[in-house]
Amino acid sequence: MSEEIIALLKENVIQGRKTIEDEGVDESLDGTPGVLELTQSAIEKGIPADEIIMHGLTAGMQIVGEKFAAKKYFIPDMLASAEAVGRAMDILKPHLEASNVETRGKFMIVTVKGDIHDIGKNIVAILLKGAGYEVNDLGIDVATEKIVEAVREDKPEYLGLSALLTTTRVVMGEIIEALKENGLRDKVKVLIGGTAVSDEYADEIGADAYCEDGFQAIKKLDAFQAAKA
Amino acid sequence: MPREGILVHNPYERMTKEQVRQIHHASMQILTDPGLISFNRRAAEIFASNGAEVTPVSSGDHPTWLVKIPEKLVLHALDSAPRIVKLGARNPDNALIMNGEEPRVYFVTGSETNIWLDVEFPTYVKKSDPKIEIQVPEFHPRRGTVADLCQSAHVCEHLETLDGYIRTVNIQDKDITEDNKDVNKFFASLNNTTKHVMSGLTSLSQLDNVVNMARIIAGGEEELKQNPIISFITCLVKSPLQFVEDTTDTFMEVCKRGLPVVVSSSPQAGTTAPMKEAGIMAQINAEVLAGITLGQLVNKGTPVLYGSVPVRARMDNLDDSYGAVETSQYNVDCSQMARYYKIPNYSTSGVCDPRTPGTQSSVERLFSDILVTLSGPQYLHCAYGLLECNSVFCLTQAVLDDAHFQMIKFFLRPARIDETEIAESLKQIREVVATPQKLYISYIRRAMRSRQISPPYPFEGDGEGDNVFALAHKRMQELLAKPVDHIDRATTARIFEEILGLLRRQVDGLKTEG
Repeated sequence: MSEEIIALLKENVIQGRKTIEDEGVDESLDGTPGVLELTQSAIEKGIPADEIIMHGLTAGMQIVGEKFAAKKYFIPDMLASAEAVGRAMDILKPHLEASNVETRGKFMIVTVKGDIHDIGKNIVAILLKGAGYEVNDLGIDVATEKIVEAVREDKPEYLGLSALLTTTRVVMGEIIEALKENGLRDKVKVLIGGTAVSDEYADEIGADAYCEDGFQAIKKLDAFQAAKA
Repeated sequence: MPREGILVHNPYERMTKEQVRQIHHASMQILTDPGLISFNRRAAEIFASNGAEVTPVSSGDHPTWLVKIPEKLVLHALDSAPRIVKLGARNPDNALIMNGEEPRVYFVTGSETNIWLDVEFPTYVKKSDPKIEIQVPEFHPRRGTVADLCQSAHVCEHLETLDGYIRTVNIQDKDITEDNKDVNKFFASLNNTTKHVMSGLTSLSQLDNVVNMARIIAGGEEELKQNPIISFITCLVKSPLQFVEDTTDTFMEVCKRGLPVVVSSSPQAGTTAPMKEAGIMAQINAEVLAGITLGQLVNKGTPVLYGSVPVRARMDNLDDSYGAVETSQYNVDCSQMARYYKIPNYSTSGVCDPRTPGTQSSVERLFSDILVTLSGPQYLHCAYGLLECNSVFCLTQAVLDDAHFQMIKFFLRPARIDETEIAESLKQIREVVATPQKLYISYIRRAMRSRQISPPYPFEGDGEGDNVFALAHKRMQELLAKPVDHIDRATTARIFEEILGLLRRQVDGLKTEG
């Protein structure tokens, strides 16, 4: 029974179906439980969280990644699957300690003060959550002092700053300065993203990395994680 | 089931109804004053015996007659010309049903070019940085051959948007003569595509050989009538207003046999027709109507297409300028005139002025392809692969053209707005707005896979460079490697036994002497 649930979980991740109501890439799973219902069932049946994650969620995402690399899947497919995995991780969160499972890292993401654009930020958040990071999304148009305070309290290892406009990207530099002033800069790696910024701009304001998109964000975070190990 | 083509809802029209009537009346006046000069005796006699005013103009080796065609004769012809014309195909699913009143567009190749363009991709090294290499297409023009025509038909068989095939290249092999050109060009086309095949005829003496070949392939006389796998295009009227001796003969003989035929007129605005829109439209319409009238007098009810290939002259050398904006205007107007008469329209787009593929050719062909398609001609000779007007054919360019016709066809899909769609959309909007991410992503995946979302441009490169031509060339080679459904061996053997002049090299391993 547990093998069957795990296999269905994996298949639903591949199809990017969160719930019984969701459409997959085809009609084969229409009307059947999605990732969230299956995750809940798996917990109720006593399947350990690490097994659900490893053989269901991660194994499914592995295939999604392969299909994406082979251009059989596109960004909407990747996002749908990542969102399903992210939401499943929320359900699993209380059970992780019992299974000795750790998240890959804590990531805080925010669109800076004066900027209300959030499509890119949301996509990055979904992808990182699907990749196993614990994501705390502070939202849009967030004041620098609030961001500093959240970093102090939540202690994320990574802070992602998003800005679309050249008029708001300057706030990124101000946030980095404020982190320094509050003695937090060496406790968090700052990554920046958005149309208005670049590698050069990251260097200019003293950020740790520029991420062109969500996929690059995963790669850079994975590299930081690997360097720590 | 015939091919679907693409139905143009609300076709684009430049002329008002009143302007259409004005062109019609002007054409009627042209047909009686000044009338047409006929270099063809039989045509003059047929017109005379049906009530036209025919007067000898000159005698001697090349006698001519002035033919004045009364409106009544033209209107009778328009009454008897079929509204619906079927162009059959070796694969019946590739048949084209054209209704003069319905703006359903079929995309076809053409015309017969003398030059075939080979493409190579030599590597260039940057002088200042030898580590950097790029491949740049290099074009090598040469005379077209039978093998080229076979290759062209083969690739065109696999081009998704292409509905019919007009021979793309003039076969100029050393062993091709006036006496065997027609049978070889029709066989090369028919053997390599299962779509409809249309061509002009080089020699009237070969008409029956070509028709017999088609009869054998179709399965008999009646089968060919029901499924006319071939049709002809004839330029019987040379602008301005002259029935040509030999092509008029060819036209009349095709009409007698009841096979579909295009009455094509190709005036050049500025030289063989007035430059102004009113002038060239009145003249080309008169020329086509004169041809249609003759065809119906020869064989009442024979299927004809209103063939319009108007073009503006270049001002620097008086060559054709298919890239000129006016050329598209004239073609759009002709489509409207043909629909007024309820006769299926053979129209032209996509012909361009430069001799090699590139930015200019892309701009010119796409401009006219979009506009003329929107006017709703039934049979659109849209110049897949053609360059330098009608002089050069490049197979890789044909593959590029297929890609942009996919875009045009997608664009012309009817709007999907109804109560069900609205209800589904409202449900989505409410659901998504209630989520933190506010993204519609999960709703587009199935639509993406059911071809409801237009695909990306197929020749988009990975990097910043423009690799379009190299990628299209690769695609062309892939299509060439795909098999085609050739004429079966028994039928081929029979064709080679009964039809003289076919080159044996057209069929690998055939034992019959050609």
